[in-house]
Amino acid sequence: MKRVGVFVCHCGTNISAAVDCEKVAENAKSFPGVAYSTDYKYMCAEPGQELIKKAIKEQKLDRIVVASCSPRMHEPTFRRCIESGGLNAYLLEMANIREHCSWVHPDDKERATIKATDLVKMAVAKVMQNEALVRSTIPITKRALVIGGGIAGIQAALDIANAGHIVDVVEKEPSIGGRMAQVDKTFPTLDCSACILTPKMVDVANHPNVNLITYSEIEKVEGYVGNFDVTIRKKARSVDLKACTGCGTCIQKCPTKVPSEFEMEMMDRKAIFTPFPQAIPNKPVIDRESCRYFKSGKCGVCQKVCPTNAVDFTQEDELVTERYGAIVAATGFDLFDDSVYGEYGYGKYKDVITGLHFERLLNASGPTMGKIKRPSDGKIPQNVVFIKCVGSRDEAKGKAYCSKTCCMYTAKHATLVREKIKDSNAYVFYMDVRTPGKGYDEFYTRTTDQYGAKYIRGRVSKIYEKGDKLIVWGEDTLLGRPVEIEADMVVLATAMVAKADAAKLAQMVGFSYDQNNFYTEAHPKLAPVETHTAGVFLAGACQGPKDIPESVAQASAAAVKVCGLLSKEEMPTEPIISAVNEAICSGCGMCVPVCPYTAIDLKVIQERVHGKTVSRKIANVNSGLCQGCGACTVACRSAALNLKHFTNEQILAEVDALCL
Amino acid sequence: MKYAYYPGCSLSSTGVEYDISTKKVAESLGIELWEIPEWNCCGASSAHLTDHLLALALPARNLAIAEEKGLDVAIPCAACYARCKATEVEVKDSKEMQKTISEVIERQYTGKAQARALLDVFVNDLGLQSISTLVNKPLKDLKVVSYYGCLLVRPPRLGFDDAEDPQSMDKLIEALGGTPVDWAFKTECCGAAHATTKSEVGFPMIEKILTAAKEAGADCIATACPLCMSNLDMRQTQVGAKYGKNYSLPVFYFTELMGIALGLNPEELGISKHFVDALGIVKKLNEAAGRRDTA
Ligand SMILES: Cc1cc2nc3c(=O)[nH]c(=O)nc-3n(C[C@H](O)[C@H](O)[C@H](O)COP(=O)(O)OP(=O)(O)OC[C@H]3O[C@@H](n4cnc5c(N)ncnc54)[C@H](O)[C@@H]3O)c2cc1C
Ligand code: SF4
Ligand code: SF4
Repeated sequence: MKRVGVFVCHCGTNISAAVDCEKVAENAKSFPGVAYSTDYKYMCAEPGQELIKKAIKEQKLDRIVVASCSPRMHEPTFRRCIESGGLNAYLLEMANIREHCSWVHPDDKERATIKATDLVKMAVAKVMQNEALVRSTIPITKRALVIGGGIAGIQAALDIANAGHIVDVVEKEPSIGGRMAQVDKTFPTLDCSACILTPKMVDVANHPNVNLITYSEIEKVEGYVGNFDVTIRKKARSVDLKACTGCGTCIQKCPTKVPSEFEMEMMDRKAIFTPFPQAIPNKPVIDRESCRYFKSGKCGVCQKVCPTNAVDFTQEDELVTERYGAIVAATGFDLFDDSVYGEYGYGKYKDVITGLHFERLLNASGPTMGKIKRPSDGKIPQNVVFIKCVGSRDEAKGKAYCSKTCCMYTAKHATLVREKIKDSNAYVFYMDVRTPGKGYDEFYTRTTDQYGAKYIRGRVSKIYEKGDKLIVWGEDTLLGRPVEIEADMVVLATAMVAKADAAKLAQMVGFSYDQNNFYTEAHPKLAPVETHTAGVFLAGACQGPKDIPESVAQASAAAVKVCGLLSKEEMPTEPIISAVNEAICSGCGMCVPVCPYTAIDLKVIQERVHGKTVSRKIANVNSGLCQGCGACTVACRSAALNLKHFTNEQILAEVDALCL
Repeated sequence: MKYAYYPGCSLSSTGVEYDISTKKVAESLGIELWEIPEWNCCGASSAHLTDHLLALALPARNLAIAEEKGLDVAIPCAACYARCKATEVEVKDSKEMQKTISEVIERQYTGKAQARALLDVFVNDLGLQSISTLVNKPLKDLKVVSYYGCLLVRPPRLGFDDAEDPQSMDKLIEALGGTPVDWAFKTECCGAAHATTKSEVGFPMIEKILTAAKEAGADCIATACPLCMSNLDMRQTQVGAKYGKNYSLPVFYFTELMGIALGLNPEELGISKHFVDALGIVKKLNEAAGRRDTA
């Protein structure tokens, strides 16, 4: 005989104000299988838990129902409780009489009590069907992978490495550094970006636990938490990293010039290049698309002048596979394509540029050696107009969200215009000024009050060229007046958007992304660095627009999660996963594409039928990958798939208890 | 290729040359236009300032007749097009509105017959390629600014081209052998009826557009709206006098420029009806072509 114990919680007055808890406990005594039933003020508190443990012993209970709050809240608590009372943790069932009852029906105690009784009745019926489940363990590979070597990736890698774990950083570009390397000074303190970034880049490169894999991309990801098998494509650099000393002779002599991506095409680079002077590794790569040798077979100058014979035209892409215990995605962001705003003429007028262009114009090693000059004719602009929210907060043409960093970097830009150009004017068109953050609003106030930037609340309707000026038409909505400004240069605060290949990477690794292709955290408040996929964590702007402090904070948080995982030898697995009844599985494969975690594949089994050995295909659930979502059980036409702890029989028992 | 044709009131009065040139050009391009029998006024601004249902019901009747015939409607006038398109979209969006309108006009209109701007039909249905093969008098060296006005490509959700920096007319001019001149006033408002009712508001708007066209180095302006035409053409001398300027900028309906390039007789296209002399520039164009031919 099964002996069920029922424990009804008052949750202070959270439940008892709307539900007659004593009555519910009394009613429960008559349900089939119930051997003991009682109520208490706070079941989750120490005395409450003791009450349960004592009853298990004294009343010889073998399964437990706790009627209290949501299992999201306290299921782990009560599972631990009955485990220490000597029962299997999965012989627990919770009836949610708070969120599902007292909180939603505060005004009708009589009927709320009836409902609570019904919920308990269902939980009793289910727990009668529950089976003891055992957690198994999987070994953990003590090596982490960080994808993306921007500031977020660098910080995550450093923290993981400093905790004593091995970490590989895979960076797509020839150098690590990301966008922060392109930024000149950083708000709100205006310290030079390179001065705070390059030491970190050097640290990460020299760290004995860090392995930098630049100019490389993720090709394939298999496996699951603790054991991800990742194939990395190391793109042919055409330069032997071991032999190259980084002397730069090849770069000097290369005759081929192409616009530099790093300098936003306002300056040229060579076909053999490092993206910027402080690049790490500070060793060049050949861009085969533009190199003469690769295009026509002629040239080869770099090879001839290289003193260590490091240039190697025959290099090929290399595929390596490595096993990792945890993955951090830190792939950052791209900029929105402003040319969809025909009225601004971005791409048509040379002096209409993005904020990132402007960062390069400010930078001492940029195209203008740090003097703010117009791209069109190199003149120093007197009137600079800034337009905020370009592509942000605009559902019609851009993105619905706020890009979060642009209010601050525009204030920074306006400050620098006023500081660097005598008698200049900085006009900022804005919808709102959003400056939450430590020291941020003070910075903005200085921009207007001390530096005298002119903020105009309204949108710009049109920009056109007149002679060598840009005429900017807009509206001052505070004065209710149209505004016309003769500008020398216009800077657009362009929206931050997800990387073009963000969705592809997410699908490959197997985690989710939102409608804007930003990576989705497991919980927007309580699990901001986890993904829904165990063992995969997020850092930086790949999860949504973020500035440097926030990216760094998130990176360190992700690193802690990784270290927590890697500090164990093995980890328990959740036993609530799908199971295949091999006897009735027809091998149709309907479940395979349904599984969001690619946990199901088909395997061939041998059977003896009427004395003959036959082979047939059946579904096979990978227990490491299955997250217990249950999607497959619905897809299975022969009901061969059943989710443990939520089997068809268990669910039906609940329904029967309520309806029969 | 066959369309229902809705000329609208302006094309039978101030904008008669738009009607003439449209019909002639369509004929040479092999596009059949079936003029909606007994069409009514689209209501223009008067209706939609008076009553929303009225503003939808008036165009709906014309669209319904086209729908019965199974044809989309080609509409030259930008304002008529805007009213018809708004009706089409509202009927498509709301079954309830569809029912109400059908009751009012005593005809079925489901939104199946689409309102199409004539420019859209030429550029996107017939295609620039087909048009350029039929050009026999290219608008060689003619510098044209395309003036779309404020209605033709708006609102953005409904338009067939970029609402702020449209390109279709510019591309058409190019296909006709002319030189499209980029400028920033393609979609500025010409002031519409303000030139008549409140000239202190309307005239500066016209002035800005004409000056910008001149500064862009245009020989002429191409337009797709009879009201824009009267503001830029009929008012040109008056506005010039007020601001002490002499623009001498011929203004064409884009259909007239098409007609010229297709080798039709400018007089027959109605070009002699313009206020600012436009025949002169056409004549020059033809003379230059003649010189090229004999050379
Ligand atoms: C104009 C401008 C000015 C700014 N100024 C400031 C400022 O003053 N102060 C401030 O706090 N913030 C500023 N920011 C914001 C700052 O740039 C970001 O917060 C920061 O760069 C985010 O870092 P990240 O590492 O998440 O992303 P990123 O800097 O974008 O780095 C991501 C890295 O991942 C790599 N990567 C991408 N995809 C892959 C892939 N599939 N495989 C491998 N590698 C990949 C990229 O190549 C890159 O190196 C500014 C932003 C802009 C646009
Ligand atoms: S071979 Fe290519 S990279 Fe080398 S010098 Fe010539 S163009 Fe430059
Ligand atoms: S941060 Fe400021 S400028 Fe950027 S999108 Fe948000 S409100 Fe607009």
